[in-house]
Amino acid sequence: MRTYILKRLSYSIPILIGITLITFLVMHLAPGKPTEMLTDMNARVSADAKTKLAALYGLDKPWYVQYARWLGRFAVLDFGKSFRDGRPAVAKIAERLPASLLLNILSLLLILAAAVPIGIFSALHKDSIFDKATTVFVFIGFSVPAFWLALLFMILFGLKFGVLPISGLHSLDYSGMSVPGKLLDVASHLILPVFISAFTGLAGLSRYVRSSMLEVLRQDYIRTAYAKGLPENRIIFRHALKNALLPVVTILGLSLPALIGGGFIFETIFAYPGMGRLGYEAVMARDYPVVMAVGVIAAFLTLLGNLVADITYAWVDPRIRYK
Amino acid sequence: MLNKIIKNRLSLTGLGLIVLLFCVAVLAPVIAPYRADAQHLPRRLANPGHEFLLGTDDLGRDTLSRMVYGVRISLSVGFVAVGISVLIGTVLGLISGFFGGWVDTVVMRAVDIMLCFPTFFLILLVIAFLEPSIYNVMIVIGLTSWPGLTRLVRAEVLSLRERDYILAAKLLGLGNLRIFFVHLLPNVISPIIVSATLGVGDAILTESGLSFLGLGVQPPTASWGQMLSSGKEYIYLAWWLTLFPGVAILLTVLSFNLLGEGLRDILDPRSNAGK
Repeated sequence: MRTYILKRLSYSIPILIGITLITFLVMHLAPGKPTEMLTDMNARVSADAKTKLAALYGLDKPWYVQYARWLGRFAVLDFGKSFRDGRPAVAKIAERLPASLLLNILSLLLILAAAVPIGIFSALHKDSIFDKATTVFVFIGFSVPAFWLALLFMILFGLKFGVLPISGLHSLDYSGMSVPGKLLDVASHLILPVFISAFTGLAGLSRYVRSSMLEVLRQDYIRTAYAKGLPENRIIFRHALKNALLPVVTILGLSLPALIGGGFIFETIFAYPGMGRLGYEAVMARDYPVVMAVGVIAAFLTLLGNLVADITYAWVDPRIRYK
Repeated sequence: MLNKIIKNRLSLTGLGLIVLLFCVAVLAPVIAPYRADAQHLPRRLANPGHEFLLGTDDLGRDTLSRMVYGVRISLSVGFVAVGISVLIGTVLGLISGFFGGWVDTVVMRAVDIMLCFPTFFLILLVIAFLEPSIYNVMIVIGLTSWPGLTRLVRAEVLSLRERDYILAAKLLGLGNLRIFFVHLLPNVISPIIVSATLGVGDAILTESGLSFLGLGVQPPTASWGQMLSSGKEYIYLAWWLTLFPGVAILLTVLSFNLLGEGLRDILDPRSNAGK
């Protein structure tokens, strides 16, 4: 087991490096240096000043030299300062990361809470009205463009009914609120994004749980349990469930990277202060340090997620452990 | 096989819808009441009614007509993007699974790296740096969705590699290329088809997302995502600009997903047969 972990870790390092390299390369394919972004609209900036500015940031060197320098700083975890406002890249990420995590973790929990029971129930009552209805429901969730749904819900709940806030994480008078008031405020801002995010993600997991459960239910040991006359509840919860949920654990691990990246169209619509938007804005502004930092974090989380998923799977499934 | 599809409700519905969409796409000039770029300036932001069945947008263009022409965009992006990813994914999966060794390692490391990026972020990165256009969108989506397929194909090839008929073919001295096409490919094709079908739906969603952000299909070409984007300015005045293109996306993606899932039920020997 330990050797397995070590082996996996040793794979991860080159992968991480590879990702940073690709991100860096793609970034530099971009027309337009960040210094140009800053100085383009200013007619008084002479060409000489532009060159000096570029040299200051080391942007006039060939890309591999720039990459090597970045790599060197990365080794000491120095992500540099944002080109846009000079603040350390890490600080900008630290601001946005909790918000993204909050949204995505809540969404994931909601998905789990809904998908697992739905999946199990569908498997147990295969081909029933419930099964068919939830299948349709879940498919729609899978097929709907999330940003469109977000827009619709915003109009409906935010404007027509005026019930829920439609942007950001805090209301304008947040700082003046009492503690329970603040909690309620954040919660009300989170309802729409979390709900929509969960709805679109529900399909995958519930179908998976369903087919996993179906597969388990066909196994011999389940048939034995029934033959032994065990009560249905016992069979399902004690025997079937544990085995059916094993693959779910893997999926959970694999969804770790989605915790920060995917929802950025979403975040744009809701003006939600998350990592997705940060990455998007940084890319658009050619803010290299921030883009690299976001890329590294995304890669890191993915690798971590894969590793955790594999290890948990090995740990939870005794068959693998004793191999 | 067609028989089985008909028997399976899911895939039948999906297939039916897709056929319908194809007809719409091909017959667009016949079906659409107006041209997609025809502006009726006196009737801007008109409510859905007799004259313009689904209303008009801010430049007086008929929503229905634009949606009809939009089918072409969505379908072509979907198919080309998936075509690219299937091509790359299948080839890589075949050689990686069949030859093993360092080829396998290299390919799988590449797959791991690609899978590490939040796909959207990657697409975003690339599109932001190439000029946004429908062709770039197709290529970029294709270039970022092959890893999943590669893994699938490779897994299948790995399990098929040891089968007797493959060993027999090798012993007979058949060239590798022939083994690929004649022996391996037909058996690998089922998961590829399922994955490709679902992939089309996914590609369409991604394209609409990108167009929504202005990074995909550019105006005045009528892509549904793009229509949603310009429609959101008028969200309170002209709800139809937001509702209908979204419904179109939903139905299109839904039909591909239904077909894909249905095919999966049919083609996967391990799952319960049909529904």
